[in-house]
Amino acid sequence: MAKKLPAKDAVIVGLGWTGSILAHELCDAGLSVSAIERGPWRDPTAEFTPPVAQDELRFRIRHDLFLRPSQTSLTFRNNRDETALPVRTWGAFMLGNGVGGGGLHWNAETWRFLPSDFVLRSHLTQRYGAKFLPEDMTIQDWGITYDDLEPHYDRFEYLCGTSGTAGNVKGQIHDGGNPFEGPRSRPYPTPAQKQPFSHTLFANAARELGYKPFPQPSGNLSQAYTNPLGVKLGPCTYCGFCEWFACANYSKASPQTTILPVLVRKPNFEARTDCEVIRINLDNLGKRATGVTFVDTSGEEWEQPADLVLLCAFQLFNVQLLLLSGIGQPYEPRTGRGQIGRNFTHQTVSSAIGFFDKAKYNFNPFISSGSIGMCIDEFNGDNFDHGPLGFVGGGYLGQVQTNGRPMETTPVPPGTPAWGSEWKRAVRDNYLSTVYSGAGVHASWYAYRNNYLDLDPTYKDRFRRPLMRMTMDFHENELKMNAYLTDRYAEILEHMGAKQVVKQPRKGPYDITSYQTSHLCGGAIMGTTPGNSALNVYLQSWDVPNLFVQGASAFPQNAGYNPTGTVAALAYWSAAAIRSQYLKNPGPLVHA
Amino acid sequence: MAPSLNRREVIAATATALILDSRDARATLIKGALPFHPGATNAPDVAQPGPWRFFTPEEGTTVEAIVDRLIPADNLTPGGKDLGCAIFIDRQLAGSYGHFGGHYMKGPFQRGTKQQGQQSDVTPAEHYRKALAALDDHCKQAFGKRFAELPDSEKDAIIKDLEDDKLKLAEGSGQDFFKQILNDTQTGFFADPVYGGNKDMAAWKMIGFPGAHYDYREWVDRHNQPVTLAPVSIKGHPNR
Repeated sequence: MAKKLPAKDAVIVGLGWTGSILAHELCDAGLSVSAIERGPWRDPTAEFTPPVAQDELRFRIRHDLFLRPSQTSLTFRNNRDETALPVRTWGAFMLGNGVGGGGLHWNAETWRFLPSDFVLRSHLTQRYGAKFLPEDMTIQDWGITYDDLEPHYDRFEYLCGTSGTAGNVKGQIHDGGNPFEGPRSRPYPTPAQKQPFSHTLFANAARELGYKPFPQPSGNLSQAYTNPLGVKLGPCTYCGFCEWFACANYSKASPQTTILPVLVRKPNFEARTDCEVIRINLDNLGKRATGVTFVDTSGEEWEQPADLVLLCAFQLFNVQLLLLSGIGQPYEPRTGRGQIGRNFTHQTVSSAIGFFDKAKYNFNPFISSGSIGMCIDEFNGDNFDHGPLGFVGGGYLGQVQTNGRPMETTPVPPGTPAWGSEWKRAVRDNYLSTVYSGAGVHASWYAYRNNYLDLDPTYKDRFRRPLMRMTMDFHENELKMNAYLTDRYAEILEHMGAKQVVKQPRKGPYDITSYQTSHLCGGAIMGTTPGNSALNVYLQSWDVPNLFVQGASAFPQNAGYNPTGTVAALAYWSAAAIRSQYLKNPGPLVHA
Repeated sequence: MAPSLNRREVIAATATALILDSRDARATLIKGALPFHPGATNAPDVAQPGPWRFFTPEEGTTVEAIVDRLIPADNLTPGGKDLGCAIFIDRQLAGSYGHFGGHYMKGPFQRGTKQQGQQSDVTPAEHYRKALAALDDHCKQAFGKRFAELPDSEKDAIIKDLEDDKLKLAEGSGQDFFKQILNDTQTGFFADPVYGGNKDMAAWKMIGFPGAHYDYREWVDRHNQPVTLAPVSIKGHPNR
């Protein structure tokens, strides 16, 4: 029997970006809030002081900052005919652990989705006809528009001090920015970061080919910045150890560097770390959450009662907690019925390597930041005519190389021996003169009937709960789209002057060992009716109205951009609805 | 079933208030101010000098001989042995890496598809122990000598056979062991010298990587110019 703690107005599961945003908004509204975090407290200034953080082996290769699969993992299979096997060590994506969550180890690319991304099915159907979409593609509209989210995107960017060049301010197109972006109410809070040599050359080549390159919007700041909460961030030093690492410099926007210093001073806030929530508790009718049960560091179970429950864990674990708590109907791919676990998506990324003449080009690849880079958006979303191409979706292309860390970034031309003096010479001859973005092509992944999450029948976590089971594979649409985009990307590298370009288009089947961003989406999606979604447009559970489920698990499908900007905008949008509507009249905000 | 705390989590726990009151959960409670203890750095577990930690002397000799062929001495760097690659592998195998620390290790263990990733319960440490013994057995049978005693050309031919999966090592695949030791050797070659390899930052000097330099604000817009900074280790001292 779990022991009971004194009740709170709200309990938050997970203290990453969305947990911090919601905690701050709800404390500001006067609620007592307790946040329960599975991992440890993390203080980037103390734990990741230079040069401790600049350690490729420890953080990039050995995953020191991340959740360990021994704590919990998931199982994976490509299709329903296979037996899912556990992910024994991370590969395809990296899961954060501890206060700050993914907001600590991210690269801080801070994008907005396109207006058409939010009305995807109606937009594509209108332009190309319903028959243009593959029969088993289950994409849908979000139920909200870009205009609904714009003020919330703005709020997050000003919280972070995002560095960038606006392309569209109130409908006015500005040179140097992204002309395809939705209208923004004002420019970025800080100017774009400086661009190293290869990133600049990429932009020049793209411009010569008729594209409109622009700097990637960056949460690694170009200059010192004080955010609206009064928290100060410092300029990025281009150290080249960003994603997979934490920044001691207050140069990377994270909960620790933007919200937590203010949030923690509020008397109505507390956080418990090293405590794992194992279920959301419901009343006898299953219609109301009464709080959560968590396990403390000694293994003892505690109940935290609360009037309002905010699920703010990583996408996979939001879905897992819903399933383990019996909230909503588990998705069944044979019938298409049930919402929990449905429309699970990832990101279709690829790259090409450009080898240049070392006598002419010295790129100094180690001078970089997490969200550095010059991009083009001509091939994202529906910014180009898909009619003759026979696929939908797209992504941004860019020289967005984040590092020259030698274990990860010493590519050699094909045909080079894997060892010996010849290998050493090839590494030496190419290190400074090669363009190699991990995700030079960063593209959408649309939803399909047979890509989904459910509970594994065999494998358990340390609390003997079933692991999540991931059934996932690429579909022809995404592979065709990626091949087309990789070709366009390679053309730009060739135009830059590369003597050899090696294309690395994404190939099926989906491989759990190959890193392809940590952008897992869907599984508890938002929408307009209980028949097409787990959550209403305010991220409120259709089944349990005092439960709100934050994060990318709400995305009906994934767009061609990094998700955090949209995750945070949705969190502010949801928080605004809770503050302005729900608290005055607790109950469903949308009547089914 | 309390999770085992890793080193950083122990440090983090001591830097904040642990609740030990029986009326409250055992957890770190953050309230009122961010936990901060000056000097609470998160130092790496560095390789200590001294004898082998994991390898037997015979295994150590064999591994030194292999890493010296994977990274031969030439005009670019000293060989893998002198750079400490075998010491790096030894310390890694003696530590968490060698024992699948942090991996999901619950059964059943069964073979899956390539896309499902590594599913073996044989740890890297066990893999090395078996494969190194099998390699020397093979060499004694075929040449009457241990691997380390063979001329370089023979060593290279054997490594090539492992790479091409032409040589089986007892029940294990020779190619799997080749991939394992190649990956570990090159990791040690490029890792910070505090982990035992990359002595004098030779690999970084070879390619022009300045190491843990941390601040390139002065260099970011000096396009196409060589960076003239001497490399630096996370210990903060070049050449140590």
